[in-house]
Amino acid sequence: MINPSFSPDLLYDLRQLFSFPFMVNALEAGTIVAVLAAVVGWYMVLRRQAFAGHTLAVMSFPGATGAALAGLPGVLGYYLACVGAALAMRGSRRGTGSRVTETATIGTVQAVGLAAGFLFLSLNQNVLGGPETLLFGTFLGVTQGQVLSLLGVALAAVIGLAVASRPLLLASVDPELAEARGVAVSWLDLGFLLLLGLAVAATSQITGALLVFALLVAPPATAQLITLRPWLGMALSVVFGLVIVWLGLAAAYFSPYPVGFFITTFAFALYVLVAVWRWVRS
Amino acid sequence: MASLAAPEDRPGAPSGHRPLNALSLQDASVRLGGRPILTAVNLEVSQGEFIAVLGPNGAGKSTLMRAILGLVPLAAGSVRVLGRPPVQARPLIGYLPQRHGFDRAVRIRGLDLVRLGLDGTRWGVPLAITPSARTRRRAERQRIADMIALVGAESYAHRPVGELSGGEQQRLLIAQALVRRPRILILDEPLDGLDLPNQTSVAALLRRIASSEEVSVLLVAHDVNPLLEYLDRVIYLASGRALTGPVQAVITAPTLSELYGAQIEVLKTGDGRLVVVGAPEAPHHHGTRHPEP
Repeated sequence: MINPSFSPDLLYDLRQLFSFPFMVNALEAGTIVAVLAAVVGWYMVLRRQAFAGHTLAVMSFPGATGAALAGLPGVLGYYLACVGAALAMRGSRRGTGSRVTETATIGTVQAVGLAAGFLFLSLNQNVLGGPETLLFGTFLGVTQGQVLSLLGVALAAVIGLAVASRPLLLASVDPELAEARGVAVSWLDLGFLLLLGLAVAATSQITGALLVFALLVAPPATAQLITLRPWLGMALSVVFGLVIVWLGLAAAYFSPYPVGFFITTFAFALYVLVAVWRWVRS
Repeated sequence: MASLAAPEDRPGAPSGHRPLNALSLQDASVRLGGRPILTAVNLEVSQGEFIAVLGPNGAGKSTLMRAILGLVPLAAGSVRVLGRPPVQARPLIGYLPQRHGFDRAVRIRGLDLVRLGLDGTRWGVPLAITPSARTRRRAERQRIADMIALVGAESYAHRPVGELSGGEQQRLLIAQALVRRPRILILDEPLDGLDLPNQTSVAALLRRIASSEEVSVLLVAHDVNPLLEYLDRVIYLASGRALTGPVQAVITAPTLSELYGAQIEVLKTGDGRLVVVGAPEAPHHHGTRHPEP
């Protein structure tokens, strides 16, 4: 990649984008992550579990630094930390009465996770390529193997979500009613937190731990501004996620700035655009 | 004293061609943690009856409902729902648990809530590919639209449930329960938190549904007054025992005094409202929600 330059010839630009294997890998990984984050995020926004999602996102920090310290692959560390945190947060039950304890438990998990990450980082400063990559993401280092593992995780998560889609919708909208109808609400709660952990770990490999939210919250929140229909909302959320990631990766390719910045900016811009459009219309 | 069931309703007697009772409790007793909650409750409910379950807090109203749903085991006696044990009859019972309205932020349409009544417990993706699946999908849509029309929710079924009033939410929840064609509808304090006009109109709606859909409706309530002109019978629970009969027969000073084992007075106001005085705990107090045992 020597001086990529943006030209008015869009076809030429596209050919440029696809001419490098690392860029193809990044686009593939980004596409997988966009779909996964948009679908899981749609439920997260509906369930108002954004704080739990944010905490899981932060967990990739101790996950990656801890894995580096232990000599394990970073990706494995991501997944272990996110799944572990999901299990830890499960100690508090969702529901109308326990909201306060839930928030406190999640906050505690987050603080402990950050502290552990900071410790791991200072113990092996040299092993990692610096914390920026970890926190803000990169698309330069995505390997073919990483793309495949992302695909595996995403497929498993999306299939799991598809199978449980309706009971999870019922349990998210009205847990008491779901319980009364024999839906295993507490198992679904746990399952969803684990899925959220997987989605967050996968997403943070592209956007970095701090910017996972750009893909997890913005596309579904934007979709929910437009439609209340569950399935249409999920589909719109996926479309928005894809557009944001593709534009973000392309912009990062043609500029010296990090991809996480562009993805976040485009996600925010889209949300504001739709919110203003709604406001003007009403 | 209010009579329980007519003798020929008893199982054991040849039922012949008579329609099966929706619900039948024989000396049903429930103990929780060693404490008797319900003692020898007898009850026969026929199809299409509208019955209020009344009584002070902690009298076992919710426990009785949970026993009918098969969620708590009986210490003695039996419960039969359409002639079957409760667990087998679960699909035939629509149940609305006691609740606090939807959070304002719930971004889902009333219509979707009613649809969840139909398919909220089904696994897999709702794809309709084969012709027979399409036909079924059309029938489901029609059923959902019919139930929304039945409860009079057409004008707001497309709005987010979180933004609807308590009465509107309650109507949609009733539609949600009816969409599965239950034979029995059990509602735990559905009038709680509604204003008086809404309490009366939901009661009128349930009366209409009980008759037109031939659903037996059991409604747990604090206050019988909004229900007075719509009910067929009441079940009055106090200290674990139950009395069943028409309102005029059950809510009287002598019967309630005997049930409570204390001096009770029943006053009738000019507009026909009933006020129970002297009960260890006033049955119409509105206020704190209580986890009943």
